[in-house]
Amino acid sequence: MIVSPAGLMGLTPARVRLDAAGTPLPLSRLLAFQEDHASARDAIFEPLDWAGIETAVGPLHHIRSQARNRQEYLRRPDLGRKLHPEVTIAPSAPDLAIVLADGLSPPALALQAPDLVRALRNSCPEARQAPVFAASEARVALGDAVGHAAHAKMVLILIGERPGLTVSNSMGAYLTYAPRPGIRDSARNCVSNIHDKGGLSAQEAAARLAWLIEMAQATGQTGVGLKDASPGIGAEIQGP
Amino acid sequence: MGTYSGIVQGERFTFDGLARLLAVATPEKSGDQLAGIAASSARERVAARRALADLPLRTFLQEAVVPYESDDVTRLIIDTHDERAFAPFAAMCVGDLRDWLLGEQANTASLRAAAPGLTSEMVAAVSKLMRNQDLIRVARKCEVETAFRNSLGRKGQLSTRLQPNHPADDPRGIAVAILDGLLFGAGDAVIGINPATDNLENGYSLMCVLDDIRGSLGIPTQTCVLTHVTNALALLERNAPIDLIFQSIAGTQDANDGFGVSLEILQEAWEAGLSAGRGTVGQNVMYFETGQGAALSADAHHGVDQQTLEARAYAVARAYDPLLVNTVVGFIGPEYLYDGRQIIRAGLEDHFCGKLLGLPMGVDVCYTNHVQADQDDMDVLATLLTSAGVNFLITVPGADDPMLGYQSLGFEDLAYLRETTGLRAAPEFETWLEAMRRGGGLLAGQSAVLEDIGLVA
Repeated sequence: MIVSPAGLMGLTPARVRLDAAGTPLPLSRLLAFQEDHASARDAIFEPLDWAGIETAVGPLHHIRSQARNRQEYLRRPDLGRKLHPEVTIAPSAPDLAIVLADGLSPPALALQAPDLVRALRNSCPEARQAPVFAASEARVALGDAVGHAAHAKMVLILIGERPGLTVSNSMGAYLTYAPRPGIRDSARNCVSNIHDKGGLSAQEAAARLAWLIEMAQATGQTGVGLKDASPGIGAEIQGP
Repeated sequence: MGTYSGIVQGERFTFDGLARLLAVATPEKSGDQLAGIAASSARERVAARRALADLPLRTFLQEAVVPYESDDVTRLIIDTHDERAFAPFAAMCVGDLRDWLLGEQANTASLRAAAPGLTSEMVAAVSKLMRNQDLIRVARKCEVETAFRNSLGRKGQLSTRLQPNHPADDPRGIAVAILDGLLFGAGDAVIGINPATDNLENGYSLMCVLDDIRGSLGIPTQTCVLTHVTNALALLERNAPIDLIFQSIAGTQDANDGFGVSLEILQEAWEAGLSAGRGTVGQNVMYFETGQGAALSADAHHGVDQQTLEARAYAVARAYDPLLVNTVVGFIGPEYLYDGRQIIRAGLEDHFCGKLLGLPMGVDVCYTNHVQADQDDMDVLATLLTSAGVNFLITVPGADDPMLGYQSLGFEDLAYLRETTGLRAAPEFETWLEAMRRGGGLLAGQSAVLEDIGLVA
């Protein structure tokens, strides 16, 4: 049985060649790589279209972190986790606060967040009542400060993930019960890889999050104490 | 705590404590700035280097940068220090050590003999007085040989880890990436996979996939699933085919705690790996990864600069006689290493410090998309490290890891390095590659090979 190299290459998204005869990288592959790297780099610095998101999901409450710009955001993750002192948040004590955050890929948020928020509102009563914040220069933990200030029972942050070469607009979602500044990452549940290149769809992610929100309401916790037993569990990104 | 001082342009700068002195003397890194311990001016940095040059090496045995009482890495460093090996350096200052290392007395044999007498802090300190070319020049004189199913680290060799990661851990996708690497002659250091999902069952099945491929093709190399050490211990009990036991480690007890490991667990794992007795040429069974910034990201840095802490991680590594150690130098992001310049410097420092301490040092020459770097920077670092005699480099298909979402070296980069330097793979692996080529290449008897590695039924 003869299998074509093309057939084998279809088995992995890795940039395999299965041809070591001409060792220098073919120019077409070199340029394709540079195209993907450029897209990932641009995604990080692309401004977020908040107006477009507001049209899709309704009124947003704009907030920002202490990082003054993208350069500072990249160098100082600690500032990206803290609310800017001029930000005011009403302590409306909702069951759920939703934070839309630019993170490392603003385009990911513009592409995925509206659909996810709409789907979540359809399936989850807490989401229909939830105030929605628009957070700039934000890290995941900024959601803790927002949720705490709002006296929210739990906070859901949707955030642009670090762009990869294959996928530059993937979004992640983190749910944290009883949020407060300094809470550990192990107290969150994460649904990651929400994108349209073979990742989780916004609808699938919303279904999983609705399940998690319901379980968090029932058990009063998120994180390692709340195992994601919703149908199908996505792999989380981790370091080598 | 001692107070140290140095003069630059007539101005005296003082430094309270060794940690402060080392942090100010260290080359500019965004991670030390994030920690708030970096030099406040270029002149202050030079003053600290002057003070460091005149610091007796013995000071490092008397003043710990992380307290002896509360940190087991410090205790490991002090308690295992070899006074006899240190004797030739006992009267030296850090600056003298720099001169000695660059001189003719420092050769492969004398450096090997010196290693147990040098501590992490000593080698970190001397590196801060050295330029990039000095780090290359000295590391090149070191030779650290290890063995498992082949022999690694001899002069004239350049080995590689073949990293066939797949975002869904798909066995056939992994097999294709392994085949791609083998065609380029990669994989003699290890065929090692980072699992996308880190649980026991998945780890077990990946171990079997790798072992089946290695066994059916008769490749004289070792395999590894980079899962947590406690997973490896549990799976060894179930007789999983584990060649190398992997763990990420760092330079303080608190940071290791953050990784969920202790020196006791590592000892237990080492002994379990030795008992498995799977090595044929040698019995180095451990594989460690490290990287500057790991302790700070775990909020466990104790005010010590990230490069000194990285050298302290090597003290942990060398206690377990590893086959492989590599720094994942550019993975951690711009808040620790801002750009290509800082990544290149850190890569050379890590390699130098590891080698001086007697470790089989490799490097993952890599970067993420939010750092100011690209493949040109990787070309520079890979070329410099090869010149410095690095034991092994990480390679992935097309320089792009689709699971971890970062860029490393590609198999073509290995071809470039071998072509320009004449360096070869491990001898046993070379022999196997030659036999494959004589048989017309891996893809010649395509169906047989593909069947062997599970790609066709």
